[in-house]
Amino acid sequence: MNEYSRKMLKVPTYNLLREQDKDKLPVLDVRNLGIDFGGLTAVDSFNITIGPTEISGLIGPNGAGKTTIFNLLTSVYQPTRGSILINGIDTKGMTTHKVNKLGIARTFQNIRLFSDMTALDNVKVGMHNQIKCSFLSSLLHLPGYYKAEKKANEKAMELLDFMGLGDVANQKAGSLPYGVQRRLEIVRALATNPSIILLDEPAAGMNPSETTELMHQIRRIRDTFHIAIFLIEHDMNLVMNVCEAIAVVNYGRIIAKGTPEEIRQNPAVIEAYLGREESNA
Amino acid sequence: MKTKMNTLLKNKNARTNALTYLVVIAAFLVTQYLYSADALSSSVKGYLIPICVYISLAVSLNLLVGICGELSLGHAGFMGIGAFSGIVIAALLKDTIPNDALRLLCAMFGGGILAGAVGFVIGVPVLRLRGDYLAIVTLAFGEILKNIIGNTYAGIDESGFHMAISTTKMPLETGGKYIINGPLGATGIQKIATFPMGFVLVLFTLFVVLNLINSKEGRAIKAVRDNRIAAESVGINVTAFRMKAFVVSAFLAGMAGALFGLNYSSVTASKFNFNTSINILVFVVLGGMGNILGSVISATLLYVLPEALRSLQDYRMILYAIVLIVVMLCTWSPKVKEYLSVIGDKLGGLRKKKEVGSHE
Repeated sequence: MNEYSRKMLKVPTYNLLREQDKDKLPVLDVRNLGIDFGGLTAVDSFNITIGPTEISGLIGPNGAGKTTIFNLLTSVYQPTRGSILINGIDTKGMTTHKVNKLGIARTFQNIRLFSDMTALDNVKVGMHNQIKCSFLSSLLHLPGYYKAEKKANEKAMELLDFMGLGDVANQKAGSLPYGVQRRLEIVRALATNPSIILLDEPAAGMNPSETTELMHQIRRIRDTFHIAIFLIEHDMNLVMNVCEAIAVVNYGRIIAKGTPEEIRQNPAVIEAYLGREESNA
Repeated sequence: MKTKMNTLLKNKNARTNALTYLVVIAAFLVTQYLYSADALSSSVKGYLIPICVYISLAVSLNLLVGICGELSLGHAGFMGIGAFSGIVIAALLKDTIPNDALRLLCAMFGGGILAGAVGFVIGVPVLRLRGDYLAIVTLAFGEILKNIIGNTYAGIDESGFHMAISTTKMPLETGGKYIINGPLGATGIQKIATFPMGFVLVLFTLFVVLNLINSKEGRAIKAVRDNRIAAESVGINVTAFRMKAFVVSAFLAGMAGALFGLNYSSVTASKFNFNTSINILVFVVLGGMGNILGSVISATLLYVLPEALRSLQDYRMILYAIVLIVVMLCTWSPKVKEYLSVIGDKLGGLRKKKEVGSHE
C-alpha cells in the first residue's frame, strides 16, 4: 500500500469522492490514460478516481471515446499511455479475464449475453470463478460437484430475484425482451463478485418506466453490495439523478468533471453537446 | 414456485441425459440378446465394434464442434495415435496382464492419454487460431500425425522394446518381431476388442461428455462459443477452456482409436486419413451440432447404411450421398424447415385442442 500512496502523491487527481469514501483506497484510479489507433488518438490524458461506493457517470457526444475507455479499463485494449489501478493493482499487460478477477465487471452497449443459454445459466457463467469445483470433480460428477452446483443455483436465483428476473430464470436469454436482457447483463456482471461494475448505456432501448425502475435498481445495487458503479449513458435524466460525480469526454479527452449541478452549468459541456454560438455571425 | 421451476429445469436436463443413456443401454441389450441368440449374421457382428468406436468419435468430436464451436478436421489423427499406441501397449503387456479385457482397458486408457497429450501439444499453437483457420490447421496436423504413424517402427527383440520414426526400416535383432512396421502398419495384432467393451467405451464417453456439458466447465465452454468477449469479461480464461475441450476430445478419440485398432489383425496408418475425419464430422453435423443423442444415432445409421447397401455395389456411395443431401436439406433448408414446422404446429395444435377438450 505504501507504493500506492507514493504514486497517489505524485499525480494529484481531481477527486469527487463521497464523504464515506474519502480515506479509503479508490476502487478505480486511472492516470493519464491514452490509446492511439494508428495515427488516431482515441483517448488521451484520461484521469478518474472512483471511490469504493460511488456512482459516477461518463457522458459525452457520440464517438467521444466512452466505450473505448471502458474497453481500456477491462483490458480489451491495452493502453498506449498511462496506468489503470484497480483496488491499487496496476492492470498493465493483464488479460480481460484476469482484470475481472481483480474486481471489475461490465455490461455491453450492444448486449452480449450467451443467447442460447438460459438466464440462470448466464448468471452461473458469471459466477464461474466463485464456483469451487475441480475439473475432475465436474468431469466425473463427484459429490463436490453437486454441492457446488446447488450453492451456485441458490446464489444465482438470489441475484436474479434481486433484479426482479426470478420468473425468467429458465428462459433462453436470447428470447427475452430487450430491457430484461439489459438487466440480465447487469446480474451476470454482479455474479462475478466485482468491486466496481461498468454499465455501458444500461438504459438504451428502455421505455421511461423501465428507466425509472433501473435508476432505483442501480442505487439498490450500490447500497446492497457496497460496490462502485461507473456508467455511460445518454439518458440525461438517469445520469443527473443517479450519479454523484460525472465526467464528460469529447474527442477522447475529459472536458469537465464534477457534480451533476456543476456539469449542467459547465459551458464546455454545453458547447460539446450543442455547439458554440458564433459571436460574429 | 421458484424452487419448483428450478427442479423442473434440472429435470429437463436430466431427462435428456437419461434418455440418451437409456437409448444406448436398450440398444446394447437388444443387440446383445440377438447376439447370444445367434440371430445376427457374421457381417452384422463385424459392424458392432466399429459402430461403438464411431459413436465415441462422433460424441467426442461433437464436444469440440457442437459445444465448443470449433471446427476440427483432424480427429482421425488422434484416433490413429490411440490406435497404434493401444496396439503397442497391448502387445507389450501381453505377458504381464494375461486377462484380455483388462489389457484392452489398459490399452484404451494408454491410447487415450497419449492422444490427449498429443492434443495438448498440438493445441498450444493451433488454438491461437479460430474458425476456418483452425479447421485448416487441424486438417494439416491430422495429416502430419498420419504420416508420422506411417513412418513409425516399433518392435521387440531380445534386447527389449525398440521404437523409431524414420523413413528407413528400423533393424531388429534376429528373432525380433515388429509391432508397427512403418508404412505396412501394425500386423499380427491380437484381436482383443469385444462388443461389451465397445459398449463400455460408449457409456464412458457419454458419461464424460454429458457431465462436462452440465458442469461449470461446460457452461464456460458454451459461453466461449456464444460470445467470446463476454465470456472473457466475466473472468473466463478462453484459451484454457478451448484447450480443455480439445484435450478431452482427443483423449476420447484416442480411446476409441485403441479399441478400433485392436479389432483388426492388421491396421495401416492410411486408415486414419482426412476421409475418416470428414466422415466423423458428417456424423456430428447430421446428428445436430451439440446434440449428443443425435450424434449417437447418426453415427450408427450412417455407419450401417453404406455397409447395408453393399449389394448395390457401385451405386451404394451415390445412394449414401443422396441420403446425406436429403437429411441436410430437411434439417437446414429454411423452406423445408418452414414446411416441417407448419406440420409440427398442426400436430401441436391438435394435441392442444385435445387437451383443452379433455379439461372441459
